[in-house]
Amino acid sequence: MTVIANTAALDALCPMHLTLSRTGHITHAGPTLEKIGPKGTLVGRRFLEIFEVKRPRKLSSITDLQGVPQNQLRLKLREAPFTTLKGILVPTGAEDGTLLVNLSFGISILDAVRDFALTNADFAATDLAIEMLYLVEAKTAAMEASYRLNCRLQGAKIAAEEQAFTDTLTGLKNRRALDTVLNRLLRDRDSFAVMQIDLDYFKTVNDTLGHAAGDYVLQHAARIMIEQTRSHDLVARVGGDEFTVVLPNVRSDDILRKVGQRIIERLEEPISFEGSDCKISASIGTVWIQPGQSPRMDELLSDADVALYASKHAGRATQTLYSPELRDAANAVVPPTEGRVAPAQPA
Amino acid sequence: MHGLVNRSIQLFVSHTYGVAQWEAVTRAAGLDFTEFEGMLRYERTYTPTLLDAAAEVLRRPRADLMEDLGSFLVCHPGFEAVRRLLRFGGVDFVDFLHSLDDLDDRVRMALSDLRLPKLELRVHGEGHFSLLCEAQVTGYGYVMMGVLRAMADDYGALALLDHTGAASGVETLSITLIENDFAEGRSFELGACVG
Repeated sequence: MTVIANTAALDALCPMHLTLSRTGHITHAGPTLEKIGPKGTLVGRRFLEIFEVKRPRKLSSITDLQGVPQNQLRLKLREAPFTTLKGILVPTGAEDGTLLVNLSFGISILDAVRDFALTNADFAATDLAIEMLYLVEAKTAAMEASYRLNCRLQGAKIAAEEQAFTDTLTGLKNRRALDTVLNRLLRDRDSFAVMQIDLDYFKTVNDTLGHAAGDYVLQHAARIMIEQTRSHDLVARVGGDEFTVVLPNVRSDDILRKVGQRIIERLEEPISFEGSDCKISASIGTVWIQPGQSPRMDELLSDADVALYASKHAGRATQTLYSPELRDAANAVVPPTEGRVAPAQPA
Repeated sequence: MHGLVNRSIQLFVSHTYGVAQWEAVTRAAGLDFTEFEGMLRYERTYTPTLLDAAAEVLRRPRADLMEDLGSFLVCHPGFEAVRRLLRFGGVDFVDFLHSLDDLDDRVRMALSDLRLPKLELRVHGEGHFSLLCEAQVTGYGYVMMGVLRAMADDYGALALLDHTGAASGVETLSITLIENDFAEGRSFELGACVG
């Protein structure tokens, strides 16, 4: 008959083992288990009073346990911190019915080493627990470093995109950004308005006062357009002295008239640059896309141009709202003779 | 070369000598950037070039710099992970020395593309060891000397270390352990970092 080797040998090989008497009382506990059990020694306590058997489920008495040798047990400490353990139970074969149980933390190893302040010495040298802890910690550190790198790359990507969509002189959006926004609005069939704004007399400023003055005027004009529009409107510089404003969710053409009017008024205030007054104005062509309308991008921009040229023909410093009649007039090569603000497109 | 190696050199120089000196080192090394990413890979030539440039700019022998780099990796609070991962190797300094044979494999288990040079511990008698360091980058033995010096302190051991030279790409350190349990070391709890 096999007899279990001496307990010192078992303690070294399996520091988390228990021997149980036929009655289910603990007769010996390995040194690591003594650390995690309730206060006082485990010896003399009933196994099932310390551990709850989670699996196999139907087990509730030591007699049941006797019946399932070598079964895989899932156990849980009945007291805080309620650590879960894996176990294997085998009869020793001794005539007194002694059972041998070996336990392991399984997946709860991470919590267990902290909860019970375990050290390398608490695990058998052959146990992979330390390697497991090492690996978790090393992988966590590596993952953290990768995560930080990803964040930095993400930030750099956003900055690069921002730069790709920005006009460097004025800080406004550029044509690429405008195209992106217009495409989205057209795709979503949203209601919005587009204002094509040309600065009037800008060339004169550039020619007489120089490029520095010209740049200054462009930056000043950009500021005015930002100030006179809402934060979710898009203001883009699409050419030398050409700007486009996109205004989502416009409720009436009256609002468009007011915004355009304010921009023109503000732009007409003389701009002081190094002692000289720069005087400019603006012509605006506006298209109002109402819910349900779905023009193509080229139609939209062409309509805006028609309206803009109507303003130029009307003597500048004017805003014109696009209407189909304007295009008819333009096609007839007759400049519109009507008032400075053309009628709104019927809804 | 793995970015962590160059990143370590960057952090060592900029923490110890200042960012301006680090920038001077990168210029001397002919780089057009100053930031290394730990999680990217770089050409092999960067590391020795950086070390030579650092020795030149900081006017210190390259061997001394490499030894300081080794100590820095263990001692600097920003590299607590390195110290902890090394401490997993053993319960005391002698145990730790024996774990060095597996260091490259351990590191590879964590980061499959970080290849550290092979180390081999030889025991010559009570308290006498030598550590053979394969050195793809000349002077790696000095880095290990700095690491060992700092780890001896960490474990509270008293040891004498000496670089006894190089032969055919292998650098040798001699280690004489005066006392394994000389002072109270820094504490190490297995579960301290584990979430």
